[in-house]
Amino acid sequence: MSEASKTTRSGGGSNEDRGIDYRGLALNLCGLVAGIAIGWVLTAGGAVGLPPPPQVASRFIDLIANGQLATDIMSSLARVMTGFLLGVILAIPVGFVMGWYKVARSLIEPYLQFFRMIPPLAIIPLAIVTMGIDETPKVFVIFLASFLASVVATYQGVISVDKTMINAARVLGAKDMTIFLRVIIPASTPFILVGVRIGLGSAWATLVAAELIAAQTGLGFRMQQAQLYYDLPTIFVSLITIGLLGLAMDRILLVIERRLTVWQERV
Amino acid sequence: MPPRIAPKIVFDKVTRRFDLKDNAFVALDRLSLDIADGEFVTVVGPSGCGKSTALNIAAGLLKPSEGTVLVDGKAVEGPGPERGMIFQQYALFPWLTVRQNVEFGLRIKGEEASRRRQIAERFIDLVGLGDFADALPKTLSGGMKQRCAIARAYAVDPSILLMDEPFGALDALTRVQLQDQLLDTWSRERRTVMFITHDVDEAVYLANRVIVMAARPGRLKEIIDVGLPYPRTEEIRLSVEFMSIRNRVWQAVYHQ
Repeated sequence: MSEASKTTRSGGGSNEDRGIDYRGLALNLCGLVAGIAIGWVLTAGGAVGLPPPPQVASRFIDLIANGQLATDIMSSLARVMTGFLLGVILAIPVGFVMGWYKVARSLIEPYLQFFRMIPPLAIIPLAIVTMGIDETPKVFVIFLASFLASVVATYQGVISVDKTMINAARVLGAKDMTIFLRVIIPASTPFILVGVRIGLGSAWATLVAAELIAAQTGLGFRMQQAQLYYDLPTIFVSLITIGLLGLAMDRILLVIERRLTVWQERV
Repeated sequence: MPPRIAPKIVFDKVTRRFDLKDNAFVALDRLSLDIADGEFVTVVGPSGCGKSTALNIAAGLLKPSEGTVLVDGKAVEGPGPERGMIFQQYALFPWLTVRQNVEFGLRIKGEEASRRRQIAERFIDLVGLGDFADALPKTLSGGMKQRCAIARAYAVDPSILLMDEPFGALDALTRVQLQDQLLDTWSRERRTVMFITHDVDEAVYLANRVIVMAARPGRLKEIIDVGLPYPRTEEIRLSVEFMSIRNRVWQAVYHQ
């Protein structure tokens, strides 16, 4: 079969039986090591005014040891998960309704297109004034960010379901409900999952920014504090943690996505 | 041709207009046509002759502007499992395996699992996909996808098969193989077939009768009896009789 012999660019890993790309992984690793080494050399001389890697590493250990990093991670994750899950849970049904009923689409779409153009962070001043300074405004902006990203993807998914496939189901005797459950939902799953991933990325970005502006805990807040004390290692620890957590969440969703859409033809 | 009994499908002055922005366009103009039970009819004509429109109206996917289509004497109101349809683009459900695709219509009918499996198995074997029952469509070639679609249509036991250029997207060799296989399946599982194509050879090779249509407005031009015996073989395909009928159809299609 030509399918298996086809070489695709890395980052896909789309075909299960392709095996692990060791060469690519080795190069990834080399790049990382080289990057850290260059950083080390540059910072060792104090040339760029940034902390050298060992200093960042020891701060990492300190912050893990005294439990502060864990507390910050937990409060950031709790916020992002609450907002993200609420956003996605609401976005999927709303997206389906918009895709399925033209009337609903026409009623909702102007709001959606409008709010999509407002960066969720711009809502923070309003949210703080109306919802106070506790968790609610932060969770709300994260909710908004992930909702907007996922809802658009879901309804795009529904309206782009191949009409011939719907007709095929119809001539096999399917009524609207069956078509919705057995054709529309599976056919739009890939779109929804892409939307969910974009939603998570957008939620994570919004969270950190929201914590920079208004929070008493969390990774963003920790950086904000460190900035006041010119504590560069802590800023680096926070940045690296934010990046790693974002990457981990994205990878988990990617794996779920691949699992649920193995049937898709990938080019 | 079977003795004179009530026709299976009747197109009774079927007209279909599409209202575009400025001009109304007549896709099908008063098509009247009888198709006998168990007959294999092919429909050829240039693009815009309304052949697909006619098929979609018979399937119940499109409403006629005027006139009616009767199936077994009853007016078509919408799609129904007694009329199976095969599409040019296969229209398989890519998230389902071959078996699950074939079982799709049976599930809707409410057949229980063991019976579904049994029926699906039979038709998967009939189209020669036995070794691929648990494969996903993405792993199949175009010809195999279309065979799966044919098995899926057959599984719900329709008395009519409506085929919309089913082999149009396939290469010439696969097409010939599928034509033979379709005739083989049809001779064993006799159904009334209305088959749209733009390939004159295909139209003559498969059919009892070839319906030639003309464009602008889409209408019936001529009905040509093929009269060649079944099973159709390579010998028939290369025979003088075949050539002469083919030439008649060709003339009717291309010199309008």
